[in-house]
Amino acid sequence: MADHEFTHTNPDIDVHAMGEMHEHPTWKQYKWVALVLTVITVGEVWGYYIPSFVASAAFVPTLLLMSAVKFAIVVLFYMHLRYDHRLFKALFTGPLIIAISTIIALLLVFGKFVGR
Amino acid sequence: MTVATAVAHEGTAGHAEHTHYTSTGLEHRKIAVWAFIGSECMLFASLISTYLIYKGRSVVGPFPHEACNPPICATPLKPIRNIPVTSVSTFVLLMSSLSMVLALAAVENKGKPGYEGILGSSKLWLLVTALLGTTFLGFQAYEFTSFVHEGLTIRTNLFGSSFFTLTGFHGAHVTAGVLWLLTLLAIDIKRGLGPKDALLVDISALYWHFVDVVWIAIFTLVYLIK
Repeated sequence: MADHEFTHTNPDIDVHAMGEMHEHPTWKQYKWVALVLTVITVGEVWGYYIPSFVASAAFVPTLLLMSAVKFAIVVLFYMHLRYDHRLFKALFTGPLIIAISTIIALLLVFGKFVGR
Repeated sequence: MTVATAVAHEGTAGHAEHTHYTSTGLEHRKIAVWAFIGSECMLFASLISTYLIYKGRSVVGPFPHEACNPPICATPLKPIRNIPVTSVSTFVLLMSSLSMVLALAAVENKGKPGYEGILGSSKLWLLVTALLGTTFLGFQAYEFTSFVHEGLTIRTNLFGSSFFTLTGFHGAHVTAGVLWLLTLLAIDIKRGLGPKDALLVDISALYWHFVDVVWIAIFTLVYLIK
C-alpha cells in the first residue's frame, strides 16, 4: 500500500455526520505511530528490569508518563479524536477526567500516598 | 441545526437512508459509541482503583512482585508475574490497533487507486485484527491458567480477587470486540463493505482502540509498577 492520504473525497462518506473535521493520518503516519508505541513499550519493559531504576523515585512517574503518552497517541491518532468533532472530544475527555480524579481521590482516601 | 438545513445536509450526503442525524448534525450511533466509551472509562477506573487500593494488603500469597515464604505461605512461592509473556501480549494488542485503522482505511477508500490489492483489502485487515485479538485472549488464558496452577485463584487473596476481576472484565471486552470484528468480516464476505458502511467499521474501531488504551493503563499500573 502506498502512502495514500486517507481523505474522504468519496461522496458516499458523510464526513459531517461522522464528525470528522480534518483528514485522517496517512499510512506513513500510522506506521510511525505503531513504531513509537512499540518503542515506548520496549522502554517500559526495559526499565522494569533495571534494579537501580526501579528503586529510584523516578520509576513510577516515568512509567506513568510513558503510559500516558501511549494512551494519548492511540486516542488522538488511531481513534481520530484529534480530527473529530469537539462534541466527541467532550464525551471522552469529560468522563476520563472524572475517572482519573476518582482514582486519585480514592487512593488519597485509602492512604496510598502516605509515606512516599 | 434547523429542519431545513438538516434536510439540505442529508441531500448533500446523498445517502439519507443510511444516516441517522441528531440535532447536532452528527450521526447518533457515533455519539452513542463515544458516550458508551466515556462510561466505560468510569467502569475501568472503579476496577483499577479497587486493584490499587487492595494492592499490598493480601495477608496470604502468592503475591504479584514479591516471593512468599513461610510462615506467611505454607510453602515458598515465587513472584507470580510473568512480564515477558504479558509484554508480548501487549505488543500483539497494540499491533491489532494498527490493523484496525488499516481495515477502516480500506473500507473508506474501497475502489480508489492503490486499494485494489491484498493490502487494501478490508477482509484481510479485519481478519488480522480478529486473529490478533484472539491471540491476546490466548495469552490471557495461558496467564490465568498458570496463575491457578501456582495457587492464585479469584478466592485466594485480595490480589487474586481484584486482579482476576479487572483483567477478566478487560478480557470479556476483548472477546466482545473479536465477535464484533468477526461479524463485520462475515458481512464483508457476504456482501462487501464499502464507503457507505464506513461508519459501521468506524464505531467498531473506536471500541477496539478503547480496549487497547485500557490495556495500556492496566499493563503499567498492574504489571509494571511494583
